[in-house]
Amino acid sequence: MSALQPSELDRPTLARDRSAADADLKSVSAALRRAEFGDRLRSLALAAPLLVLLALSFGIPIVLLLSRAVYDPTIADALPKTTKALAGWNGQGLPGDDTLAALATDLKDTKAKGTAYELAKSLNARLPGARSQVLKTVRKLESADGQAALDALKSVPFWSAPATWPAIRSGTHSLTSFYLLSALDLRWNADGGIERVPPEQAIFIQVFLRTFLVAASVTLATLILGFPLAYLIANVPKGLAAILIVAVLLPFWTSILVRTAAWTVLLQKFGLVNDFLLFIGIVSDRLDLMYSRIGLIIAMTHIQLPFTLLPIYSVMRTIPPSQMKAAYSLGARPFTAFRRIYIPQVFPGVMAGCLLTFILCLGYYITPALIGGASDQLISNFIANYVNVELNWEMAAALSFILLVFTLALFGIFARILGLDRLKLV
Amino acid sequence: MLLSPYPTTGERIRVTLLWLWCGLVMLFLLVPILIPVPLSFNSGAFFIFPLEGLSTRWYEVVLGTQRWQSAIGNSLIVAFGTTLIATTLGTLTAIALSDEKFPGRRIIMPLLLSPLIVPVVITAVGSYLFYARVGLASTYAGIILAHTALASPFVVVTVGASLTGFDRNLMRAAAISGARPLTSFFRVMLPLILPGVLSGAAFAFVTSFDEVVVVQFLASASQRTMPLEMFIGLREKLSPAITAAATLMMALSIILLVVANLLARRGRKASNR
Repeated sequence: MSALQPSELDRPTLARDRSAADADLKSVSAALRRAEFGDRLRSLALAAPLLVLLALSFGIPIVLLLSRAVYDPTIADALPKTTKALAGWNGQGLPGDDTLAALATDLKDTKAKGTAYELAKSLNARLPGARSQVLKTVRKLESADGQAALDALKSVPFWSAPATWPAIRSGTHSLTSFYLLSALDLRWNADGGIERVPPEQAIFIQVFLRTFLVAASVTLATLILGFPLAYLIANVPKGLAAILIVAVLLPFWTSILVRTAAWTVLLQKFGLVNDFLLFIGIVSDRLDLMYSRIGLIIAMTHIQLPFTLLPIYSVMRTIPPSQMKAAYSLGARPFTAFRRIYIPQVFPGVMAGCLLTFILCLGYYITPALIGGASDQLISNFIANYVNVELNWEMAAALSFILLVFTLALFGIFARILGLDRLKLV
Repeated sequence: MLLSPYPTTGERIRVTLLWLWCGLVMLFLLVPILIPVPLSFNSGAFFIFPLEGLSTRWYEVVLGTQRWQSAIGNSLIVAFGTTLIATTLGTLTAIALSDEKFPGRRIIMPLLLSPLIVPVVITAVGSYLFYARVGLASTYAGIILAHTALASPFVVVTVGASLTGFDRNLMRAAAISGARPLTSFFRVMLPLILPGVLSGAAFAFVTSFDEVVVVQFLASASQRTMPLEMFIGLREKLSPAITAAATLMMALSIILLVVANLLARRGRKASNR
């Protein structure tokens, strides 16, 4: 290693042959390199079990989920003959009778393969209303063969509508941008360009905006509540500061679910918050705080407050009070000193706390599910709903994809500007 | 320290307002976590003060009925399993990462922390999709695996902190004295970093014990944990039994985390000597 300088090794070898000394030196450094390599291997071997476990239990699941957003073989699998026949179609007008016949055969086969419902659902995602049409056609085809089947197919106007075939063709490519675009309320139009979906189908942009709005409101509320408290804790005598910090940590250590449960009790129509508001006379009638935006923001603010406060406090603790006194003695008015001396120094802490809270709010699930109303569900709730209720994995995956991109981008900014060290809260 | 030695009226007003505001914020922080405690001892079935009378009937429901008992049992199985795996593997990884020459440390650290950053719904849905394919959905092993991903970052970070001041020469000294690597680990390194390891274990336990979203997707009806039972209860009907369960869970997390933090502090102090 670097501690062994060549000159030091040379000294005892003066009497010896120069080339033998060189050989010694080489074998020593080779041995050191081997030892160092062995050390690295051992370190890697120590870290490997957890890394492998995380890759299996966390990495692969997420990659698999995200891949569902862009990979959907349902239509290609259910309609193999149609897929082949469509390869020669130029996309203009309606495809020929041979394609229709292939479709009739494929649709008949879906009954036997049990893929009819999957196909209907997948096509319905691209063409609203397609589900019933597909299932109706499959029923009609049950007792028809050859020309009769073709006629039966043609008797359903859905299959000669202009929008149907481009949708089928886009579905026969297993790799698809359809779901990712849908998650942003976009779609391909007939000319191959990207357009917004009609307003009555557009939901996701609104959900993303709502998620950002709730996250921003909660971040702002935690800052307004947390900044003065952090300042107080940083500037009172040590003993009192320790008590105040415990008061911040107690809720921080209580699980999100338990705190959400506490808020559902408090926010009831006949709960304590309403009792209190009536008592001090702010309201004359009980408010509906449960299943409301305001209730959701109150509960989320309570849960996130320590996440904003602790990074701010840890920076404030390092600012010596003598600086402000120096500013006063130089004639600065309190507000000027605060703005020009204090704020620039606490800014990294404020950024860290606010970014952390904002990032965590984007992924909120439990609190909106329990306290928010139907119009307060955030993006995470939609993801869960697509999995649990709609059984539409592709859409859940696409929404996850976009949520993850936002989260990681913000986290990248956090790590880049503020460093990962600010993340530790324990 | 807030007031200067010769405060002006303006300063007095500002500091009084600061105290007032902070008092309100403290109430906002503490009242919600303290309220379920007295309510859980209410003998009536409503969340109304004053209490109708004191009783432990809701604790009897939580500790005495089969549904909650099996939930508590499941929570303990999952949390102990998670703690065991996350602590063992997390400690090994922290030791490896504490070596400055470890290849790719700057890439591995963010990767290790990523389970904390990725929204938990994405983790849960992804686990459900993958585990169902490999036959791990609706198994204890599956839930424990998924929880280990969420819990291990805490172990790596706390053990890592207790290792920052660990003198690696001690290990070399042990090796020179003839100790085999395992012996020097158990007799030299582990005793010195034990506070950090135990504190990591406590964090892992609480992480798993409080977790509900992953369980919601991965557990079958027979694997419902206590948080999941609470979540379902909150959605369907609000029973005071939930306040009792919440009080129990809160007490356990707070006790464990107080212990964890004291140990972590001690571990850091010991290693910084």
